[in-house]
Amino acid sequence: MERTLTASSDSRAAGGPLPSVRLVGVTKRFGDVVAVDHVSIDIARGEFFTLLGPSGCGKTTTLRLIAGFEEPTEGTILVDGVDMEGVPAFRRPPNTVFQSYALFPHLSVEENVAFGLRRKGVDKKEIARRVGEELELVGLAGERKRKPRQLSGGQQQRVALARALVNRPAVLLLDEPLGALDLKLRKNLQVELKRIQREVGITFVYVTHDQEEALTMSDRIAVMNRGVVEQCDTPEAVYDRPRTTFVAGFIGVSNLMPGVVVSANGGPARVRLDSGVEATAQADGLRSGERCWAVVRPEKLTLLSADEPAPPDRPSVRGLVESSLYLGTATQFVVRLPDGVTMTVLVPNVDEEARRRLPGAGDDVRLSWATQHMHVVREEGSRVGEGAATSGDGQRAQAPGDSAGPAEPALTEEGK
Amino acid sequence: MTGTTVAQPAAPPAAGVRHPGALRAGRWLLDQSLNVFSGLVIVYLLAPIAVIIWFSFNDTHSRFNFVWQGFTLKHWKDPFGVPGLLDALKVSIEIAALSTVIATALGTMMALALVRYQFRARGATNFFIFLPLATPEIVLGASLLSLFLSLGVNTGFNTILIAHVMFNISFVVVTVRSRLIGFDRSLEEAAQDLGANSIQTFVRVTLPLIAPGVLAAALLAFALSIDDFVITNFNSGSTVTYPLFIWGAARVSIPPQVNIVATMMFVVTLIAAVLTVLQQLRAEKIASVRPEQEAV
Repeated sequence: MERTLTASSDSRAAGGPLPSVRLVGVTKRFGDVVAVDHVSIDIARGEFFTLLGPSGCGKTTTLRLIAGFEEPTEGTILVDGVDMEGVPAFRRPPNTVFQSYALFPHLSVEENVAFGLRRKGVDKKEIARRVGEELELVGLAGERKRKPRQLSGGQQQRVALARALVNRPAVLLLDEPLGALDLKLRKNLQVELKRIQREVGITFVYVTHDQEEALTMSDRIAVMNRGVVEQCDTPEAVYDRPRTTFVAGFIGVSNLMPGVVVSANGGPARVRLDSGVEATAQADGLRSGERCWAVVRPEKLTLLSADEPAPPDRPSVRGLVESSLYLGTATQFVVRLPDGVTMTVLVPNVDEEARRRLPGAGDDVRLSWATQHMHVVREEGSRVGEGAATSGDGQRAQAPGDSAGPAEPALTEEGK
Repeated sequence: MTGTTVAQPAAPPAAGVRHPGALRAGRWLLDQSLNVFSGLVIVYLLAPIAVIIWFSFNDTHSRFNFVWQGFTLKHWKDPFGVPGLLDALKVSIEIAALSTVIATALGTMMALALVRYQFRARGATNFFIFLPLATPEIVLGASLLSLFLSLGVNTGFNTILIAHVMFNISFVVVTVRSRLIGFDRSLEEAAQDLGANSIQTFVRVTLPLIAPGVLAAALLAFALSIDDFVITNFNSGSTVTYPLFIWGAARVSIPPQVNIVATMMFVVTLIAAVLTVLQQLRAEKIASVRPEQEAV
């Protein structure tokens, strides 16, 4: 098995010359289980970088590898260009905000926040000043003498953040820091976290399974599945141009139409969908004759009545409305295509007049879209069932030919 | 006894006749049955101690202190006025203190190792740690003595200490281990993450959090050591501990001073027990932070 470990192959937001965190072919095995499989990422200085994926995808393990709570089985982790191999957690520059907060229950808020500075032997007056500032920043100046158990969940979360930030780490690792909070508080803290990150300019490596949270907060997202980074890109790119069916399904509603590549020559490819439609679309690394899936996001689909003529230059398919759901800002339709595939369509509710003309359940309709909104991804049957063993880092432009030939067409359906 | 007089009206109501008074008394007894029962248990537990304290004030003129002959404070004015008693007490306290410190330190480390690490001898250690608790004391004492004799070790202070450390370790390991199971490991990771090395992590985070368990273990060890008779008797040589002194004295005479020292020990134990309970309450408050956080 050959793997090209090109750390820079992922498209990346331009940062300094030296990445803040660099993972090169990092693999972690627990016995027979491969938790992290040849992950290579560069995280730029000051970047808000998110590891997104379902539970068990290896995102938390990746974070623990950077923090130093686990040692990688293979590969190298560099923080600010320094190899972290053999460096114990207490000597590593990153600080962590734990999912459970892990506040010291026997220490006051103030003592919790001062813990890191005390270990570094910072001058007492300096400690008092910086702890005061930090508690000010997270809005907990009045609670300094209290014990963690006397605080609410949101307050405990802020203490955990202050305790890590007060050390001015080069990198802050956050393991689902908002996971234990209710929705409203979580939304508020998302905004606040983003503000703090901008203010202090620290690299954030953020772990979450919440795709919405990842899309709102991140500069870049690495979507992980079965220990593999399936795609590493900006939120817009991950949403609009998913590279794999897994990414398409995990981020947003998965609208996947099966088809086959008719002709491909590096750039745009001619694709024939199983519903009979032919279209030209951007298809990276696909070859002629290959099975594929076409992705079109629900809000990019236009709904026409069946007797309306198909617009020129726009691919369109006929279908049957299965259900329509009023969502307030939009109406959501589920449309079944002739080949059995169901597509979700979002039609914005602009005015009531237009809404009244919309089709209802059982109506024949026509779906159409602009070719630039259709994105084609490779069929991934080979990955399913064989687990992570066959997968590379998901960043390869070229699949390793016959060795990973698709067996059964199947879709990874986790994360739904 | 109050218990028996109270029990009187509880006699089953005469057949057929439903006497309202008896019925009411019966219901009252049913409601109060747990209180009455607890009262009886406390009386049962405390009666012998009360007798000991009471007889420390006995104005006895015989060699034995079994018959009440009148109240006096003269023995309390001279609590150690019996030759040998103070020395025996000192030896007992010394052995109890030393064996407690050694057993608590070793036992705590063993408990940490048993809970934290996977190693080959783990299963065996986990099993054998129970043996001293389950083995009859007389067997332990006798086999220890034959071990010391065959090794050519002179029995005395040191052999008593070794014996006490041995049986105390088991109690410490079992007590501390129960405290360590369910310990939130991410607290230690957080300490390391903030720059604490393994020793600082232990001193600043682990130890304060398991301290209530360690303290309870130490108190238990001290109490077990200071009044151990059987094992000590086998391995004491010419050294006399407080329990051995009383045993020896009882064959000739029992001065009221024995009761006085026993009373003192009881009071000290009582204070220690109250402190432990308070400490446990504090620890439970700390621990109660955890489930709240886990409710994800």
